[in-house]
Amino acid sequence: MLKIISTLIASVIFASLAQAKETLTIYTYESFISEWGPGGKIKEAYEKTCDCTLKWVGLGDGVATLNRLKLEGANTKADIVLGLDTSLTAEAIGTGLFGKHGVDKALAKTPEAWTDEYFMPYDYAHFAVIYDTEKMAIPPKSLDELVNGDPTQKIVLEDPRSSTPGLGFLLWMKAVYGDKAAEQWKKLQPRILTITPGWSEAYGLFTKGEAPMVLSYTTSPAYHMVAENTSRYQAASFSEGHYLQIEVAGLIEASPEKALAQKFLGFMMTPEFQDIIPTNNWMLPAGATDTPLPDAFDKLVVPSKTLLFSPDEVFKNRRAWIDEWLNALSK
Amino acid sequence: MALGIILGAVALGFLPLLWLGMEQGLPRFDSYLPRVVSFTLQQAFLSTLLSVVIALPVARALARRQFHGREVLLKIFSVPLALPAIVAILGILGVYGSSGLFGGGFSIYGLTGILLAHVFFNMPLAARLMLTRLEAIPAENFRLAAQLGFNNAQVFRFIEWPQLSSAITGISSLIFLLCTASFAVVLVLGGGPQATTLEVAIYQSLRLDFDPARASILALAQLATCGLLVFVAGQFATEVQVFPRTLARTQRWDGRSRFSKIADGVVITLAVLIVTPPILSVVVSGIGNIRLDDLLLWAVMTSLLIGIASASISVALGWVLAGTAARQPRTLLRSAITLACLASLIMPPAVLATGWFVSLSPIIDISGYAIFLVITLNALMALPFVWSPLYPAISDSVQRHDRLCSSLGLRGFARLSLIDLPVLRKPLALAFLMAVIVSLGDLSAITLFGSDTLVTLPALIYRQMGHYRMNDAAGTALVLAVFCFALITLAQRWSQSHDQA
Repeated sequence: MLKIISTLIASVIFASLAQAKETLTIYTYESFISEWGPGGKIKEAYEKTCDCTLKWVGLGDGVATLNRLKLEGANTKADIVLGLDTSLTAEAIGTGLFGKHGVDKALAKTPEAWTDEYFMPYDYAHFAVIYDTEKMAIPPKSLDELVNGDPTQKIVLEDPRSSTPGLGFLLWMKAVYGDKAAEQWKKLQPRILTITPGWSEAYGLFTKGEAPMVLSYTTSPAYHMVAENTSRYQAASFSEGHYLQIEVAGLIEASPEKALAQKFLGFMMTPEFQDIIPTNNWMLPAGATDTPLPDAFDKLVVPSKTLLFSPDEVFKNRRAWIDEWLNALSK
Repeated sequence: MALGIILGAVALGFLPLLWLGMEQGLPRFDSYLPRVVSFTLQQAFLSTLLSVVIALPVARALARRQFHGREVLLKIFSVPLALPAIVAILGILGVYGSSGLFGGGFSIYGLTGILLAHVFFNMPLAARLMLTRLEAIPAENFRLAAQLGFNNAQVFRFIEWPQLSSAITGISSLIFLLCTASFAVVLVLGGGPQATTLEVAIYQSLRLDFDPARASILALAQLATCGLLVFVAGQFATEVQVFPRTLARTQRWDGRSRFSKIADGVVITLAVLIVTPPILSVVVSGIGNIRLDDLLLWAVMTSLLIGIASASISVALGWVLAGTAARQPRTLLRSAITLACLASLIMPPAVLATGWFVSLSPIIDISGYAIFLVITLNALMALPFVWSPLYPAISDSVQRHDRLCSSLGLRGFARLSLIDLPVLRKPLALAFLMAVIVSLGDLSAITLFGSDTLVTLPALIYRQMGHYRMNDAAGTALVLAVFCFALITLAQRWSQSHDQA
């Protein structure tokens, strides 16, 4: 019995000794750290640069991460939250938990100059309609052509109430049509095959051949070209421009590891981090890279114009815009 | 005691949320809510009606026919329960979708698709549960019926229906709640926000809006509506019939006319046509895509561990509760216990999980205990499936053995090993199997509490889909289906080997 107790005590001491090494806890969305995501490689790369341990905590998606933070409040164990996008940052700052990053904003290579004091971007991509070249010879060339096109050629969309791309497309429609968005949604309705709860379901339906179009990212064809060696799936370039998603990370002000967190945000903008992004997260790097991107990335659609609401505008109007969408499509 | 655990767990989930909501003030409501409620009830009612009405003749035909492939068909009937919604949806689309085998002629999106998917999920479940009741009818009844020259209708009216009617309310309530709580099926096959259920609205307010007040009010609305319906249905439930047990093997003398043979053939063919094509479609897309790696092996082990652990808890709780309910003379209390067992289906898992998080996170480090929370949540979610086969059987046994046992002074372990276990072995095995299968296919608990090391088969499917690996996901889905089929086969072997003993 005594032996068991002493072993227990010894193991507790040992565990606490192991803990003595600084630990940086980062909340992120689950797919970032899954087997095919960039998380594992980033941990390895970062731990080489510091005498510390990086601990990922995966939580559903960006929205789930923010909700977990709201539930935990000041007691949060996170030092950094990585994986929110600019539709969520205003709300995140509103929790009062985030501190200023103190990283040089000029390091951010986003389509528009970076000005946020609280969050730094790590990757981005424009939303795009991806089409199946075997089923659709001529893709729509504008959002207008999509809205008014042949209703037998369907598109799979995501629900803005439960998915980030879904909300992105809603904002895209709003950015282009403004007050007339509801009417345009009604015009688009016959073309919508269905609206799925998340990106995975929508993309699954699309690759199964249910519809010739799906809402995804301009970077999606890169995956098919690099990993599957096929150029069957392509992005349609829209003349009104494309709505932008920027994924960001920010630090928790009250974190005992704030200095380490700041260091990580700096590391995030270096090639050691950024080189991992393109072929693991299938997004475009938002900082300097060393290794050139695979050729497939040169073939991607580059939007002529970037559409983006400010985080504050999204935060103030999101509820009303979703209600407007609900009303337009429910009747 | 067991009732206390369940109610406690549900309250622990719900109350903090309500309290959190009250702090933020009461939410606003518009025409949206009534519309959502009416659609929810409409689709759930139609889905239940269709599933039960089709299941009834199917169960009857299966009970009185022995044919080649009957056992296999029964095993296949359990597979839909284990399939995560998205896998089943892709399977259904593979058959009826616009690129499917029979697709193109009509659009599956809308109420049609929802009903089709719900019947695919629930008709086999209902048939399976009804069949256990029919098989519990002693052979003497049929022999007697044959001697008296009962016709088909009379056999049904005097022998089968009394036995079925005691179970049908429970089965219908279960299916109704399952369809009410249906989420992915309604969104993907419903075609858009015109098909929004309460569950979707709750999820939205808890997630995107982070409005616990609205979420808790909506959850309360769901609890009230469904609870009332189940409660009212319970008042019409007839008592479980008690038959003196004999050892004769059931042999059916009825249904030998040409007409009834043809009718049964048609019904069984219909059932096969409803259930097998989507499963075949899952098999076809999965073949050749299975990636046998550590990840898959790990996911299979994790799923099995969680499934067995949560099924054990669920069956233990269900057993104790069914015993209490069966000995309860007042119908009101009996319905209350039934309702408590269905509570986890009425309370959306997202609400429960959020509430648990709020109550527990100040005390323990949630991420370290994720596996226990997943097991507990799965056990609660499996409880209604455990209840359906267990309650009628236990109630039957209580009425038959209680007086005998008390006169013999049989109690505790002696009673358990001499009376209860031998009598209840079949329904217990079925309950356990169903609980394992439900946990196997569950995704919500794992996404709500999961950590990066805790990956079950459905979680792996979603991870693969989330990384463009649709083919790998199809392979994993096939592994899940085969795994479930193998489990059922094993369970049946075990049950049969004990039958002969």
